[in-house]
Amino acid sequence: MTFTDVHTGYGYEDLPRLMSLMTGDEKHGPAATSTLDVVWVLYDRVLRVSAAAGDAPERDRFLLSKGHGPMAYYAVLAAKGYIPESLLAGFGAYDSPLGHHPDRVLVPGVEISSGSLGHGLPLAVGSALGLRAQGLSGAAVWVLIGDAELDEGSNHEAIAYAGAVGLERLHAVVVDNASASHGRPGGIAAHFEAAGWSTATVDGRDHQTLYEAYTAPHPGRPHVVVARVEAKV
Amino acid sequence: MDTMRERFASVVSRLLDDDPRLAVVLAEIGKDGFTDAARTHPDRVINVGIREQLLIGVGGGLALTGMRPILHTFASFLIERPFEQVKLDFGHQGAGGVLVSAAGSYDWPAGGYTHMAPGDVALLDTLDGWTVHVPGHPDEAETLLRDAVAAGDDSVYVRLSAHSNSAPRDIVPGRFLTVREGRRGVVIAVGPMLDGVLTAVEGLDVTVLYATTVRPFDERAVRATAGAAVGRVDVVLVEPYLAGTSTAAVNDALADRPHRVLGLGIPRRELRRYGTIDEHLAGQGLDPVALRKRISAFLR
Repeated sequence: MTFTDVHTGYGYEDLPRLMSLMTGDEKHGPAATSTLDVVWVLYDRVLRVSAAAGDAPERDRFLLSKGHGPMAYYAVLAAKGYIPESLLAGFGAYDSPLGHHPDRVLVPGVEISSGSLGHGLPLAVGSALGLRAQGLSGAAVWVLIGDAELDEGSNHEAIAYAGAVGLERLHAVVVDNASASHGRPGGIAAHFEAAGWSTATVDGRDHQTLYEAYTAPHPGRPHVVVARVEAKV
Repeated sequence: MDTMRERFASVVSRLLDDDPRLAVVLAEIGKDGFTDAARTHPDRVINVGIREQLLIGVGGGLALTGMRPILHTFASFLIERPFEQVKLDFGHQGAGGVLVSAAGSYDWPAGGYTHMAPGDVALLDTLDGWTVHVPGHPDEAETLLRDAVAAGDDSVYVRLSAHSNSAPRDIVPGRFLTVREGRRGVVIAVGPMLDGVLTAVEGLDVTVLYATTVRPFDERAVRATAGAAVGRVDVVLVEPYLAGTSTAAVNDALADRPHRVLGLGIPRRELRRYGTIDEHLAGQGLDPVALRKRISAFLR
């Protein structure tokens, strides 16, 4: 599905208003916006993607694994011209393509259908392998996961494998709002590092710091950015 | 004669040479068969280690980039253990792949229940759009594997077995084959059950249909066979997996005709015996002697 009534002249300052079309709230708490800056900086400055060339084989891939609370993601997709602003008010409605978990079959620009936790990172590993096998080695694969999502064992199968084989075009961003009940002794980055990943832990609200962490070189290794935001309460 | 699994490795290794879209994904099991292919195609023969959730996720990810993934391990670890991945990383993504299992229901009886997956086909029945092939001979496995690989972006399950019929049949993917004709009922033998069924029904006046593709179910063949009978139609299914898996499919095929269906296969209860395939089949009531008794009693 493609839309003809999209608009691309939006900036970061438009995102709260776009989100409010879905939430009905003027202001949004940290939980609703935990991924907002992380996703915006990726789409605005890092990912080589565009709505106009949505299916280009050599495009970068962004996989939203943590599919719940996708308002910030949809707002960014609207701001970047993938979906029209007029769709946002229908969020969750029967005849809307915008569910409370995104569906790639329904929404242009959405690379995976998510909602069940722990699927994005393995799919990202497969995507990175698939692009490499086709000689599309310039394309980067990014996957966003939540800190509590790391509880799911499937992630650890993917982290261990990607680190062991040095899957360089794989990138993960872990949005850490300290929502895991049992935490992670030693920290999230240490876990990835032990598996052979390149890591950076940064302030998930600071755009320049995020950008630098996203674009740090990591030859021969997959890269994870742990983006810390306000703790979920 | 090679085994179905050996044929799988040799055929798919050749297909990898010809089709750059293909990739094989393994979780340790079966990797020896792909040693040479892995050397020739290091980016398209992928062993993720003993990680079956990742096995399926990687397959889904490959498909999302336009590849045709072929995944292989034992049925217990390909379908049962990572079932949510099968559901979400293929179907829900709108992606497809070829899943090729081994060990099935009873291939390694001495290995016990942990290595048996009689419920695999029934589980796939809860999902939309899966083609399921159950070859009964290595030659048929080759035909069905080639068909599965060439089936666009369809999701296809190929259930290989160490249990095999003595000779291949001239099968057509998707179609049942009429092996013999009779008037007292229809016996549908699935894959490796054919030889046992033919021995069991010797001298009985029944039709035997041979099924090597069970999903979609060849309703037309069942209806055409039933059309020749007078009055009520009696159908016996003999499946090498969970008993009754295809009973509903037969019912659907004959919805507008009076009929009875007997679904024979692996029972739910654990046998908790080891031994050989033949001993196991006898223990499950699926050897020719038991089959003859059960089929005769039903058709009487």
